[in-house]
Amino acid sequence: MAVAPVPEPIAGGPSAPTAPYRLSREWRSFWSNPLAIAGVSMLGFLVLFSFVGPMIYHTSPETPNLLDTFAAPTAGHLLGTDALGRDELARLMLGGQLSLEVGFAAGFLTVVLGTLYGLISGLAGGWLDAILMRIVDILFALPGLYILLLVDSIFSPSALLLVAVISLLGWLGTARLVRAEVLTLKRREFVQAARSLGSGNWRIMLRHLLPNVMGVVMVTATFAVGTAILTVAGLSFLGLGLPPPTPNWGGMLSDGSNYIFQNAWWLIYPPGLAIVAVELGVNFIGDALRAAFDPRLREGRA
Amino acid sequence: MLKYVLSRLLQAIPTMIGVTMISFLIIHLVPGSPVYTMLGPKASKHLVALFNAEYGLNLPLPIQYVRWLGQVLQGNLGISYFQNQTVAQLISVALPRTLAIIGIGVVVAHIISIAMGTYQAWRVNKWDDHALTSFSYFFYSMPTFWLGLVMIMIFSFYLSWFPPGGLANPGQPPVGFTVWISHIALPIITLVLLIVAGWGRYMRTAMTETLVQDYIRTARAKGLSEWVVLFKHGLRNSVLPLITFVGFSIPGLFAGNLFIEEVFNYPGMGLLTYNAVINHDYPIVLATVLIVGALTVAGNLIADLLYAFVDPRVQYT
Repeated sequence: MAVAPVPEPIAGGPSAPTAPYRLSREWRSFWSNPLAIAGVSMLGFLVLFSFVGPMIYHTSPETPNLLDTFAAPTAGHLLGTDALGRDELARLMLGGQLSLEVGFAAGFLTVVLGTLYGLISGLAGGWLDAILMRIVDILFALPGLYILLLVDSIFSPSALLLVAVISLLGWLGTARLVRAEVLTLKRREFVQAARSLGSGNWRIMLRHLLPNVMGVVMVTATFAVGTAILTVAGLSFLGLGLPPPTPNWGGMLSDGSNYIFQNAWWLIYPPGLAIVAVELGVNFIGDALRAAFDPRLREGRA
Repeated sequence: MLKYVLSRLLQAIPTMIGVTMISFLIIHLVPGSPVYTMLGPKASKHLVALFNAEYGLNLPLPIQYVRWLGQVLQGNLGISYFQNQTVAQLISVALPRTLAIIGIGVVVAHIISIAMGTYQAWRVNKWDDHALTSFSYFFYSMPTFWLGLVMIMIFSFYLSWFPPGGLANPGQPPVGFTVWISHIALPIITLVLLIVAGWGRYMRTAMTETLVQDYIRTARAKGLSEWVVLFKHGLRNSVLPLITFVGFSIPGLFAGNLFIEEVFNYPGMGLLTYNAVINHDYPIVLATVLIVGALTVAGNLIADLLYAFVDPRVQYT
């Protein structure tokens, strides 16, 4: 599929402070971007595939059939069967539900934590800001994956634990970006005016700063969802993610990887391609959002 | 300049102390004392008390931390609970293997990213630029472990070009270069594809921005060859930020490497950590977290200093 290039950022300086319900110029720019259309349709398709698919495709994802294991794709099993003779397509749909739910939840929580931290740090300034940012530096130096693995091996992993741990380790980047935005915003007249009218810190943060950092926040949220879905899949692939029996894409790949040399390609390609499609969708949307909402922000995802 | 170097060095110290403190705390949050892991759940009270006194486990946590830190600074990382070796021995075997993959991978990926990004910026918005951008997006969106599986499927199973990973010489005398490189070829190619997907995109953006500058037009106008314009005038300005990427990327590189080592069954730092986590062999986990943390801090420091050295425009304060 041909992919349009990353569009050049809109010319001109930082956009004027506007409330989120008046962002129509940015949204128009977003929807006129082919990347956005491609991303939204890919993600939309996968959501429909996972959540509406099972209503159309009635084969059970959980009934084993030991007489029909490792069946290559046929009319009865459109994507073949796995080591226990379970239908791969039905499992792919069911697995998508869990992978997407956990990914979106973890991505959302990541960004909420990071935004709050960045708002507080940036607005506070001074020694509190210095300490908070030092903490971020330290956490950035820790290998998050190793710690994720450790926590998952100590406590029995569940969807909730994964959401909690992934977001607790993932908010650092968002916090830095939001703080940087707040540092420039808080010197602006509208914040000074609000303060001189007697607004407290929380009111300034939530009423005046938050709407203005929403552009950055949405961009990082999109990438955070992508990272979270990859992390969940990776942990499940290592056997430390979402527990069986409910399938998920990473776990299915982990099962399938044992049968590479039996040429069971239908256990390897479909779950992987599903993850790639979600990630592509998320990256397209993130890049389109970045182009529309934040001309200054580039390559925020190191 | 000297002042800048010193201040960056001083900044790195609290970060490193923080890293050691957090790693130490996480390990001590683990339920169950190492006593029972070492001596078994039926150890007598007397034996437990002796063991705790012997290893200083009855002391307050801050004192334990200081003692442990002192040991670490002397290079003593403890003894593996399950493998009858010191952690330092295990790591001295595993780390070079991992550094071979990451080192070769990063160098090759740098060369390809720079070449690809420069080419794309030169051909910006032409069909081949679009093709390479699609390539980047595709690999950028790919889970490491899945790419590894696909590589094994294609190059090991279908084509039989390379072995599906593993060590070239498990416990045996050194092998020839060709055998060695053929075993780590697939892991390295996997890593390179993933890095190039990210860095190549970055280089394209940086180079595109450079090539519209006035001094590039001047260089072209005075009749310099396209080659000189691109590589002497253009590249010098856009390649610098790539240096800092290596520092930032170290935790990510080790994370990706863990999946690669798992898929290709290559016993380096990733597999060592993974197996230690599975077996609850905490001294190893603590040490690997610490080493990757230290490498990250050092990487960032070196990147910052290097950047200040090569770019005369950087204001060091």
